[in-house]
Amino acid sequence: MAVLRTRRVLRPAGFDELGLRRALADRMLPFLVAAMSFLAALTMAGWVGAASLARHWQQGAGSALTVQVPQPQEPAAQGGGSRLARVVGLLSGTPGIVEVRPLDDEELADLLRPWLGSGAERLALPLPAVIAVRLADPELRLDGLAGRLGTAAPGTLVESHGVWIGRLAKLARSLQACAGLALLVVAGVAASVIAVATRAGLAARREAIEIVHGLGASDGYIAARFAGRATLLAATGGAAGAVAALPVLLALGSLAAPFGAVQPGFDSPGGVLAALPAALWLTLPGLPVVSAVIGCLTAQGTVRSWLRRLP
Amino acid sequence: MVRFDGIGLSYSRAGTSSRGTPGTEVLHDVSFVLPEGGFHWLLGPSGAGKTSLLRLMYLAVRPTRGSLTIFGTHIETAERRALPGLRQRIGVVFQDFRLLPHLSAFDNVALPLRIAGRPEGQIRADVSEMLRWVGLAQQAQVRPAELSGGEQQRVAIARAVINRPSLLLADEPTGNLDDAQAMRLMQLFREMNRLGTTVVVATHNESLVARHPAPALRLDHGRLLGRH
Repeated sequence: MAVLRTRRVLRPAGFDELGLRRALADRMLPFLVAAMSFLAALTMAGWVGAASLARHWQQGAGSALTVQVPQPQEPAAQGGGSRLARVVGLLSGTPGIVEVRPLDDEELADLLRPWLGSGAERLALPLPAVIAVRLADPELRLDGLAGRLGTAAPGTLVESHGVWIGRLAKLARSLQACAGLALLVVAGVAASVIAVATRAGLAARREAIEIVHGLGASDGYIAARFAGRATLLAATGGAAGAVAALPVLLALGSLAAPFGAVQPGFDSPGGVLAALPAALWLTLPGLPVVSAVIGCLTAQGTVRSWLRRLP
Repeated sequence: MVRFDGIGLSYSRAGTSSRGTPGTEVLHDVSFVLPEGGFHWLLGPSGAGKTSLLRLMYLAVRPTRGSLTIFGTHIETAERRALPGLRQRIGVVFQDFRLLPHLSAFDNVALPLRIAGRPEGQIRADVSEMLRWVGLAQQAQVRPAELSGGEQQRVAIARAVINRPSLLLADEPTGNLDDAQAMRLMQLFREMNRLGTTVVVATHNESLVARHPAPALRLDHGRLLGRH
């Protein structure tokens, strides 16, 4: 390591003995890597979005029942107390139910926001109480529960959504897997593009390589020259692709905002930052780094493999 | 220093001795020993195999058969990673110069030192001194295409000797030089030989050989006719 560092310091900056500035030109390769980086950014957004949906839905699947109680504060038909309290009491006493939780006003507003906007509470609508019920087993059948609740508080609705929420969560996980596969494909195409460019560079600089090889340059020395150039070009392309993807991601983020818990305002401080999930902000700067690593490793492998034809 | 023992060399269609189907043999059963610090001419008509013999010595090819030992290393069995270190100890003056066209004369001469990882300060001093010695101090930053044939050859010579090689090989090194420059070059080779470098010079120039008598390896049709 110390030897490598010393050698790097000793080499004059920009010394290009193999003429790679022309052989690995600074336009086509960065452009193609930028295109891959752009696609990777969009795919990552899909991954993060699917992960977020899966998380939300899986949390929802835990509450396998939703119970709506209209006029919750009216007296119950049976048993005394308010309709809401009676229904909560009945649910709590039912075997197989592990949690009964009436949603508060803020959670109700969150639920209604996609349909009524953020001012739902100002509309003075007669909203039902909503109770999230978690079952010990989402497949548990509660025969007669709806009838008992309807008798105690007529008009009460019991909605079981564990099965379809579970299916949606599976769909979201499948989307995540597809996004992961697409990322692998994009990385593979990027590596192929860099390998082809490196091979073209090897063909163009064959004579210079043979001369340098004949002067005692090791495979590592020659491969490092190519890898250095490919790393620089791939990192440039990766950064350009990430920057180009940013406005698209922000636009998508603003479209998706009404479905999230927080509505970002682009005019508010930190609004742009809040427009994208933190996971995307953390992974976007990683694109030039990953591009550089792919460029470096691909060029190293391609050149070392090619050099084996020399004695 | 250099030992050839029953060496045969044939080029494959892929252009090297080690890949593809072997082609016609260009060297047959060549055996000789060059002691450390010796000076030898390599003589023979065109097509006799002089360049192939030199290519074996500067490790551009491996022998197809026989045993080749250079600096105590058996080349036919040595691992690839062992060869760069050996090549750094060998200086070669090629018939076609083999300079890198995109580098200046200075950078061409400096290349072996940079590959060997020498400090840049030492490289600047050594290369400047060497270019002064071959009369190209004023053309240090000029690229090969802008130099005459003789000047390019002097750059090639400077590059071959800048690393103070243990083995110096030259293929027709005086072909593009006038008599005065050729004499100067022979003085350089003799001086390096006196300092311990083993020198082998392939040439057609019989008058040069006559003026600088030394043992000669004589090749004809890929066979070593003997040492004279």
